[in-house]
Formats: sequence, C-alpha cells, structure tokens
Amino acid sequence: MEFKFTTENIEKVNKEISKYPTKLPAVMGILYIAQEQNGWISMEVIKEISNILEVTEEEVFGVVTFYTMYHQKPMGKYHIQVCTNVSCMLRGGYEIWNSMKDKIGIGNLGVTEDQKFSLEEVECMGSCGTAPMLAINEDYYENLDKEKALQIIESLK
Amino acid sequence: MTMEKIVLPDIENLHQLDVYLKNGGYSAAQKAFSLTSDEIIDQVKKSGLRGRGGAAFSAGIKWSFMPKSNDKPKYLCINGDESEPGSFKDRQVFEFNPHQLIEGTIISCFAIGAKVSYVYIRGEYHKWIKLFQKALDDAYANNFVGEGMKQKFGTDFSCDIYIHKGAGAYICGEETSLMNSIEGKRGYPRIKPPFPAQSGLWGNPTTINNVETITNIPPIINKGWEWFASIGEPKHPGTILFGISGHVNKPGVYELPSGTLLTELIFNYAGGVPGNKKVKCVIPGGSSMPPLRGDQIEGIKMDAESLKIAGSAIGTGGVIVMDEDTDLVKVLARIAKFYYHESCGQCTPCREGTGWMLKLLNRIVRGEGSKKDVDLLISVANNIDGNTVCALGEAAAWPVKFMIQRFRDEFDARVKDEIMIPVLNKVHSMRKTANPLSPVQN
Repeated sequence: MEFKFTTENIEKVNKEISKYPTKLPAVMGILYIAQEQNGWISMEVIKEISNILEVTEEEVFGVVTFYTMYHQKPMGKYHIQVCTNVSCMLRGGYEIWNSMKDKIGIGNLGVTEDQKFSLEEVECMGSCGTAPMLAINEDYYENLDKEKALQIIESLK
Repeated sequence: MTMEKIVLPDIENLHQLDVYLKNGGYSAAQKAFSLTSDEIIDQVKKSGLRGRGGAAFSAGIKWSFMPKSNDKPKYLCINGDESEPGSFKDRQVFEFNPHQLIEGTIISCFAIGAKVSYVYIRGEYHKWIKLFQKALDDAYANNFVGEGMKQKFGTDFSCDIYIHKGAGAYICGEETSLMNSIEGKRGYPRIKPPFPAQSGLWGNPTTINNVETITNIPPIINKGWEWFASIGEPKHPGTILFGISGHVNKPGVYELPSGTLLTELIFNYAGGVPGNKKVKCVIPGGSSMPPLRGDQIEGIKMDAESLKIAGSAIGTGGVIVMDEDTDLVKVLARIAKFYYHESCGQCTPCREGTGWMLKLLNRIVRGEGSKKDVDLLISVANNIDGNTVCALGEAAAWPVKFMIQRFRDEFDARVKDEIMIPVLNKVHSMRKTANPLSPVQN
C-alpha cells in the first residue's frame, strides 16, 4: 500500500527540513511524523521518506533499525512501556513488568490480537526519582505499585 | 544558612517568560552582548565551571578550543539525551527553568561564534520536549532568539535554537554519536581526533555541552566568576543537581553545593533508608560509575576530585542507593543487560564483551556459575576497558570490575568450585565421531 503524507503533515515535514543545512538530518523528525500518521514504519513509508529527502532507502532504513522508538511492525493502540532498570528494579519495577505480562497475556514487544495493547520492557526512562514507572504511548505514570499499575490498565478503553 | 540555588531556584512558575523576566531573566544575555567573546570565555574559565554531563571537563577551556576564524559555520549542541540510568536532572530544567537554559544557550553561542544551536532531547521525553518547545516559542515571539534579538539586545549577533528529538538510543548521549544522530545517521560514535571543535557537525567546528552546564552560564555572567568560584569545592565549584534514587525515603533531585557529604545527601536530604536498613552499596554518579561500599561512604564528598580519591566518579550526579537486602549479583546482571542492549555494535570488544558479561552474570544468578566465571568476568571487563572508540566500553566494564572487586564475597557465595553443565545436545552425544561435518549416524 502506497504511503503519502497528508497535506497537514507535509507542512510539518517541510518545517523539519528547514531546521538543518542539508535534508538528511530531518529524517528522525519525519519518521516520527510518519509513525504518527501510519502507526508504524513500513517499507512504503521508508520509500516515501527517501524520495522526499533525496537519499537512498537504505539510509532511512538504517536509521529506523538503529533507534528503538521507531516501530517496524504495527503496535497496539496502547503501547505500554515498563522500565526495569536499576532504580526502578530496586523499587519494584519487575513486579510491575510481570503483572503487565500476566494481565495482558503477551511478552516483550508482543501485540494483543485485537491490537489494543502492546508491551515493551524499556531501559531507563529518566523517572528514577519517581520509580517505578510505566509509560503508555507518550505519557508517563510514576510512583506506581502493582495495584496502581493494574488500575491504569483497566481504565484504558 | 539558606542554600543558594543556581539552576533550579525556588521561584513559582519560573518556567513562564513573564515570571522569568521579573526575576532578572535575559539580563545576563544583555550584559554578555556588551562584552567580547574572549571576555565571556575568560569569565567562564575563571569561574571553574565544569561539565555536568559526566566528564567534568572545564567548560571555559572546552569553548576556547573553538577556532577564532569564521571561514566555516560553527555549531553548539546542547546535550539533553539524559539516558544514564539514575539520572533525571535535565528534565527538571526543561520543566522548571527552560528560559535560563535558552538564555545560557544564546550567551554560549555568542561566546563561541555559533549561529545555530541544536538542543538534543531524548525521544522518550515527549512531555518535556513540548514544555521546552513552548518556552522556545515564547522566546522567539518576544525576540529573545532569532533575527529579532539583534534589535532587542542592540547587537549585530543573532542565533537560532532548534530541538532535535532523539529516538531511544543511550549511545547518543556520547558527543560524537550525538552529532551523527543530528546529521540523521545511525548514532555511531566517531574516532577522536579530530575533536568536535575541529571537525564536528557536517565537518564544522562544534561544541557540545550538557543542559545543566549551560543553565549555569547566565548567573555566572550576571554575578561574576568570583561569586561562582566561591560556592562549594574550589576545584569543582558551583551547585550540582544530585538525583537520588533507589532505597531512600525521599528520592528526587536536590540542588546542593558541590562537596556536600554523600551521607548528608542520603540521610538528611533524601530522608535515609526505608526501615532504617543499612546501606550496602551506593553508585554515586549514574550506573556506569564504580559502585562504593555502603560501609565506606562516611566522609565522602560529592565532587569530581573527592570521588576520584574515593575510587569512583561524579558522573551525572545520579546517586543510586541500595540497602542491605539488595541482591547485588542481580543488580549487576541488570546493569550488564543495559549496556549489552545499548552497545552500538561498532567495536568488537564492546559488542561481544557486553553480551558475554551478561551471559556469565545470568549464569551466576541462576546458580550455575563456577568460580572461574567470576574471574572470567573481570578478564572480559578488562579487555573492553580502554579498547573501544567511545566511553560506553568503560561504562560497561567499570560496574562489573568494581562491583566484583568491592563485593567479591557476594559473588563467591553464589558460585561453586566445579559445576556440571547438563548436556542438552542429544544429537551430539549420539555421534560416533567427533567430526562435526560427518553425517549423524544412529
């Protein structure tokens, strides 16, 4: 399926390009715009971005695979990220992670069949002072315990 | 005694432009434009300000590496990648004092002659990127940044500030990797030399400073280097944003003079350890710094020089406290997992070594480790240390080396002299010959 940016997003893409002296640096920002529109980074998305930036598809693909925040497959409507790094681990990060796995019934980078949830064990998110934490899409939920975390998941429609 | 706060003052709504202006905001930039760039660099040098991103290198000296000639464009990168486990200070600046960071960026750009600055913020910080973008938009709308600043400040200098959003790679906090990431490439670190001041972004002279470092600049210009140099430890002056986490009652960021006692930070400011348990281990500067024994933290001051003497380093000032019940083998295995995950794969010792260390540590956690494994861990760590392009190698090796060195008993208690590893490969045991290329016969 061919991918094209919406008119509104083309404006955003051009704004990204205007920040840099050459076109390639805008790739990271444009990938985010594409991910928001398309949900994930497909080969069609990569092709379109490489056309816009006048670079090879490999250059764009290389960026997609290097950074963890670009999804290479469709993820859930709610992408749940649980930190288990040291500061969170010391305050129950693994309890949260395990309870999420049990509750949703999928493992790391899994997606539920109805595409409602996806799950990811993430590295330090910078919430060490408010640990443990989880993030749903772009929002942080901090100072959690198992019960609070489960409540948050249950409240998701 | 009231403690002076430089980076995060206790002023309500300081993140709003009008409140910032009421409290003397952007007056340091005005003052800076009446000075020459050499005078500013000299002030910052004399102030003794050292980088807050981990290396604690003199900010003024770093700036003086930038060439004076203007035949190439120059760039300033502000490092807000903040991905070191245990560090969560820069996000406080984006949230509570963004304009001081913007003002510091303007002054720094003027000092080194950069017309463009990129503020690199880690991708996970969606909220803080929006908050900082809002402050930046306000600063642009009121002509504190961009073309309009020429008229606003009555100067012929202007600069632009852009946010570059990362996308989840710890390595991009390393300055040369950060530049590759801004250039829209995979975040592989570059070999130094050439140093960024000679050949940085797109081959042009570039300086990279940490968010907290740059936020210190406006007060230094306003109040003078003598004032700044008199705060805290003379060899590492100023305040430091200490982020304390783990087993403490009141985790959080505390801005305190450098040289504050580690025990005071843990027991006074952070409210001590829950249940009054003993401290077993403290990592004083983010997860890559050598861990300290809890029974040896008495009298240790929190500044670069004192921590070096104590056998660790100040790093990012991210203090992780672990109580007496903590399983340090598991902690180390988790730290090793992080560096294995974040190794960019460019240098063999780090790419292979981090995975090897993780496997060994997981084996010990499972109770299947032998005594040899502990020595092997140290050997692998030693072979990573110093043999890689960037400091991620050391960051991965140090915790392993020093955790084992300082808590050897914990590791020895978890391993056996000899271990029988069950043979899972049944096909292999059925082979009649040892030659793996010969066909399997029953």
